[in-house]
Amino acid sequence: MCSTCGCGDTKLVPVDVHDRLLATNDQQARHNREHFQTQGVLALNLMGSPGSGKTAILEATAKALDGKVRVGAVSGDLATDNDAQRLRAAGIPAAAITTGQGCHLDAELVHHALHGFPTAELDVFFIENVGNLVCPAIYDLGQAANVVALSVTEGEDKPLKYPVMFRNAQLVLLTKVDLVPHLEVRVELIRENLSKVMPGAKVISFSARTGEGMKEWLAWLEEQRKPLLDRPRFKAPHEHRNILARPR
Amino acid sequence: MHEYSLIQALLERVEREARAHQATRIHKLKVRLGEQAGVDPELFSTAYQMFRQGTLCEGAELEVKKVPARWTCSGCGRAIASGEVLVCPDCGAPAKLAEGDELFLDSIDMEVP
Repeated sequence: MCSTCGCGDTKLVPVDVHDRLLATNDQQARHNREHFQTQGVLALNLMGSPGSGKTAILEATAKALDGKVRVGAVSGDLATDNDAQRLRAAGIPAAAITTGQGCHLDAELVHHALHGFPTAELDVFFIENVGNLVCPAIYDLGQAANVVALSVTEGEDKPLKYPVMFRNAQLVLLTKVDLVPHLEVRVELIRENLSKVMPGAKVISFSARTGEGMKEWLAWLEEQRKPLLDRPRFKAPHEHRNILARPR
Repeated sequence: MHEYSLIQALLERVEREARAHQATRIHKLKVRLGEQAGVDPELFSTAYQMFRQGTLCEGAELEVKKVPARWTCSGCGRAIASGEVLVCPDCGAPAKLAEGDELFLDSIDMEVP
């Protein structure tokens, strides 16, 4: 009711919100991050185009580590659990997250997948995102770092075309470099383009087939694990707060 | 296309604010989208037109303010132009995005009793 004369008229007011559109996802991501940190697990969000070699990276990594560092993964895809099957065949505990029409993983999908998954028994937990260079970049999942797989067959200008993906990456694995002699691709140009979209670009030339770059990649993983190794490690996840219902 | 899920998050947030203020109508939403936010402003507006039907925002205008990317050195603060190598030529520190990754709901103009 109008406070001046009591006539029942409504008034128009601006209400300040000043909040991120993805505030709900951010809240869930913080919760996931607490899970990982409490359990002393390094969580990495592995992104890249379909066919860039994300699953092959994980297969080769598990083989090179040979159980010395325990890795596990959840793998997001629109349909099929083929990637999770491949990972399990390589000896990696893995679960599939089937997104239906969803073009990216969000923090809540990852949280659901964590239930019943033995993350506390792992050292490194990979979240293999849906193959896509656009959407996954803007959703925080609770990871410690973003790793982007970019294959040499994708073209030199991919970093310039999809800058947001690379801006948010802490590391780019330039995959399939064993194919370079068969291609008309300038690796130096890919690296130059990355340096224009990725602050202080960190890039490792990598081949799951020949093992090129594996040593450097494992050293990077070890470096990322350091802050976790100094923390006390608890097996049991902390108590759950009320998790917001998933929008339909 | 993740613009749909963003609009869904936007509409849910507006409904929550509207309930809290007992709003009877929503007139306008003001949103800020950064050039480096990973969202296409045109697709975002189109998705809004589609998905606001039947919601409290059905008659509400969407005002999108685009924010250009602005890079500075994380060490000495020197400006670094978009398209250049994102390492400071003076001190060698990596660049940081000072502005341009916004994905914000700024304010809602609503009719209240």
